[in-house]
Amino acid sequence: MTDILLSLLILAGALFTFVGSLGLARLRDFYTRLHGPTKATTLGVGCLLVASAVYFSLEGGSLSLHEVLVTLFLFITAPVSAHLLAKAALHLKVKSLAPPPDRPAPGPARD
Amino acid sequence: MKRLPQLPSRKKTPAFYALRRVKACMPHPLLSLSLTVLWLLLVNSFSAGALVLGALLGWLIPFATSRFWPEAISVRHPGVLLRFLGVFAWDIVRGSFQVAGLILLGPARLRPAFVEVPLALKTDLGISLLANTISLTPGTVSAQLSADRQLLLVHTLNTDDPAALVAEIKQRYETPLRQIFEEGDA
Repeated sequence: MTDILLSLLILAGALFTFVGSLGLARLRDFYTRLHGPTKATTLGVGCLLVASAVYFSLEGGSLSLHEVLVTLFLFITAPVSAHLLAKAALHLKVKSLAPPPDRPAPGPARD
Repeated sequence: MKRLPQLPSRKKTPAFYALRRVKACMPHPLLSLSLTVLWLLLVNSFSAGALVLGALLGWLIPFATSRFWPEAISVRHPGVLLRFLGVFAWDIVRGSFQVAGLILLGPARLRPAFVEVPLALKTDLGISLLANTISLTPGTVSAQLSADRQLLLVHTLNTDDPAALVAEIKQRYETPLRQIFEEGDA
């Protein structure tokens, strides 16, 4: 029973991580590409860590909560790196699909 | 001794001095508690020895890092905080499915946009927590804070209605953060 549950969690985690990386290849400008790997992975890695915590708690006989720390550090660092990448891209005026903020588009944001 | 945080009661009652002495011994009780828990998680055991060492570290580290914590942090509405964490977790799950769907179904149809969120939050802690929350919930990344700290520039993967997105960010994340960390500061 738990085996099935754990397998599902790991599959879901792998799937989300894969889709996140797929975003890197499929999306078409720097800013939208930022969303794929930083986001879909939040849930992907989350699922994998829950699976790991449950497995090692049952296997080792004592509660394993290392995974909580991994989640915590991930949640602290991921947004900071995404923010800095976006900020650097704005500074370098990287090509963007969305109208960049300094030159507001005349009409609604639709091309 | 460093400048002590302003306490709500200005009257110099004995309780005021007692509280001030406690604050001098333990400047950031919440930080101390989190560090102790962090230590217990790191060693992954809950023996008495680990607890004592963790408590000691939790007590000492805030003194060594006091420069990083110019404001005393206090949580005002634990209930609101719990509800905020719930909303946050739900939004991560919901948003992950949305972003996955957008990536799989067709990047050609995306309408990305930059939106500007006018900030009502004033403290460093509040603004950084809001920016982190926005970046962690899938579909939005906080890109830049204006120099006067009034506007947060947010990039969104797909939106039809930027005004609605701004209203949602303000209502879902900013309002609870203000209640938890800033109410009564103004």
